[in-house]
Amino acid sequence: MKQILTGNEAAAIAAKLARVKVISAYPITPQTAIVEKLAEFVADGELEAEFMKVESEHSAMSACIGAAAAGARTFTATSSQGLMLMSEMLYIASGLRLPVVMANANRALSSPLNIWCDQQDSMAVRDSGWVQLYCEDNQEILDSILQAYRVAEELLLPVMVCFDGYILSHTAEPVDVPEQGEVDKFLPPYELPHPLDPERPVTMGPVGVPEYYQEIRCMLQEAVRVAEDKIAEIDRAFGRRFGRRYGLIERYRSDDAEVVLLTLGSLSGTARGLIDRYRKRGEKVGLVKLRVFRPFPFGELIDALGHAKAVAVLEKDVSLGSGGALFIDAAAAFIDVARRPLMLNFICGLGGRDVTQLDIREAIRVAGRAAETGVVRRAVRWLGLREKIVGLRPKL
Amino acid sequence: MIEVRFHGRAGQGAVTAARLLAEAAFLEGKCGQAFPFFGAERRGAPVVAFARIDNKPIRIRTQVYEPNHVVVLDPTLLEVINVAAGLRRGGTLVLNAKKTPEGISGIKVAVIDATGVAIETLGVPITNTAILGALAKATKLVSLNSIIKAVRNYFGDKLAEKNVAAVKAAYERTQLMKLS
Repeated sequence: MKQILTGNEAAAIAAKLARVKVISAYPITPQTAIVEKLAEFVADGELEAEFMKVESEHSAMSACIGAAAAGARTFTATSSQGLMLMSEMLYIASGLRLPVVMANANRALSSPLNIWCDQQDSMAVRDSGWVQLYCEDNQEILDSILQAYRVAEELLLPVMVCFDGYILSHTAEPVDVPEQGEVDKFLPPYELPHPLDPERPVTMGPVGVPEYYQEIRCMLQEAVRVAEDKIAEIDRAFGRRFGRRYGLIERYRSDDAEVVLLTLGSLSGTARGLIDRYRKRGEKVGLVKLRVFRPFPFGELIDALGHAKAVAVLEKDVSLGSGGALFIDAAAAFIDVARRPLMLNFICGLGGRDVTQLDIREAIRVAGRAAETGVVRRAVRWLGLREKIVGLRPKL
Repeated sequence: MIEVRFHGRAGQGAVTAARLLAEAAFLEGKCGQAFPFFGAERRGAPVVAFARIDNKPIRIRTQVYEPNHVVVLDPTLLEVINVAAGLRRGGTLVLNAKKTPEGISGIKVAVIDATGVAIETLGVPITNTAILGALAKATKLVSLNSIIKAVRNYFGDKLAEKNVAAVKAAYERTQLMKLS
């Protein structure tokens, strides 16, 4: 049934529909409403689950790891500094191959202190062996969390469902909430192959000596890399049951486009309307929305962008000292491809700065000029800066 | 697409007002989107919230810079913020005020003593539901009935009826004028 829900409410309802058995979380803006709602579901008897209160995000993830190791379907949610505090345990969850699912309401990192949206937090942990999905709207948040459990449990990998703080977490809009019975059919109860069990003792997390550590890491890398096919397959199964599917990437009017925007998350929504206007004027501009960031869908991306003259990568994060994280991977995708587009990176929307259609137009203009001239004068640029900062040198 | 901007102070329910408007539109078969912009979170600080209404799904995620209508939940904000900034031609400014404000001209204004209505019906100066009654009367964006339905869906039984009374009282008492 369709109802008006915030992104946070959609996330909480998804966890409830997934019949999670253990929830452990620590409050942090803008995620807090998710676990508040789940605590309410548990207290009201609407959800049969253990809600473990903890003193930090590090402990929240530790508790999720313990619960998942015992075979329980687990859920947590966090943002920003909370994700940073968890980061040590993120690597342990993936290393132990535990199917924990987490919602991350994307928020900027300190310092300076900032409670608003960007994607620096989840990008900072992109190497941790977690599958990362980025959502464009509240429906996609709900659907992605349901899909995330299937992905996590079939692959024994943790999954992080990322969505823009405030821009989605606090936005109310129509969301189709599926029937519990339908969700149960899509997401049956699962059994961890080797749970912690006194009757059948197993060792988890032993020392990986130099003779074996590298092989174990290689196995994890392979597991995350090939997850692509499974994610696509589960997305198709979801589509058959619920009528909505998202793909690893989505091509929006990009097949014959000369200039293509590449975006993550809620930015894609704002870009769509703009693309329509360019198309009305007969200008060949398109959009590719990347939904699955880890594993990085190299093949699909080469396929979707290879024909373009210029690609403008818009993202709300920066790998300081390099470029945007999405840009770095997207550029790397074409390293041994003969026909490749010019690539430009636009860092934008940091710390809650609104990314307007005017900003996106500027990116299209710059990329269009590169497409015309065949020259990229500066690969990494910033959109919407208040004043000229790039190129300034501090006086020492 | 119709865009509405709400100005309030934290604690007055501007965010909920935007949400209830989106919900009322949704109940009429349209698409609604509502979202806040928070400054530093503290009670009494100025808060802005936005709502969009359209006949097709709303994909855009930017803030609203040129609203069709502006709603002001707190009379003291007029001295601090240019609440009419970007208001489109033909748009309405819905004001919580005891009397017609000075210094505003050339636009349609709807005035309601929403604080008075809120104190009378709810016993507290939370003006969000009252101002929605005024918005419905002044703009006909959504019907009075849809606002009432949205309020009933959102609030629990007892609170719902008090808020419905606030909506109705404000709807009756709102004065429309064009300031020249």
